Amino acid sequence: MTGFVFHPGHHELHGVTVVLETITGVTYVARFDTQDEAGVHLLNVAQHDPATAAMSLDDFLTRTLRFGVKAERKHLVVPAAEVAGIRKLVEEP
Amino acid sequence: MPYQELMVRPMREELTQLGVKELKTLAEVDAVLANPTGTQLVFVNSVCGCAAGGARPALALALGSAPVKPEQLYTVFAGQDLEATARARSYFADYEPSSPSIALLKDGEVVHFVHRHMIEGRHPQQLAADLVAAFQKHCGEAMSRPSSTVS
Repeated sequence: MTGFVFHPGHHELHGVTVVLETITGVTYVARFDTQDEAGVHLLNVAQHDPATAAMSLDDFLTRTLRFGVKAERKHLVVPAAEVAGIRKLVEEP
Repeated sequence: MPYQELMVRPMREELTQLGVKELKTLAEVDAVLANPTGTQLVFVNSVCGCAAGGARPALALALGSAPVKPEQLYTVFAGQDLEATARARSYFADYEPSSPSIALLKDGEVVHFVHRHMIEGRHPQQLAADLVAAFQKHCGEAMSRPSSTVS
């Protein structure tokens, strides 16, 4: 683990709001909890599914940055094989 | 489930010592937010590390250095004072609930909002600088001493 670990002993993204992109095209914005053999555990999860969403992913992320994470689920596990990428919602300058 | 009051008291006092007035009941919230005038800051406090390591120290730094400040400073405690927090959030309902968070209102309109995701992992000095900039932008020539420090 590297960088600023907010809670020692946890994954460096623990507690941080992230954008998790999947190979299915669905994108999640949520607080990263942990990662284990089941996958990535997310808390307070907002979801953008391009098949059903009323707005583009860019608009969804812009809205989320301004108005906050509209959580639809308390907990979600994304299988590791489905994860295309993870980044912080707010990147350091 | 709320934490024991003994545990959270220092977290409350960290703000009240700055002159931030706690709102713990629906009536207290409505009394100050229902008919707002001027600039009001509402700090949604939290037991989490983002509040301890970022948001509360940042507010202290900002209030200690800003040339202009909100006229009124208030706080509700998420997870502790549940009804008061929900009521306070109803006054900035366009913004998704997160804690800690900071709302700056001017005549009842939200003019600046700091979400938890803007606080995570950032140093108090960075957050304070953003708050000071927001105060300067929105609080204008407002009185430099918060009225809520006067009992």
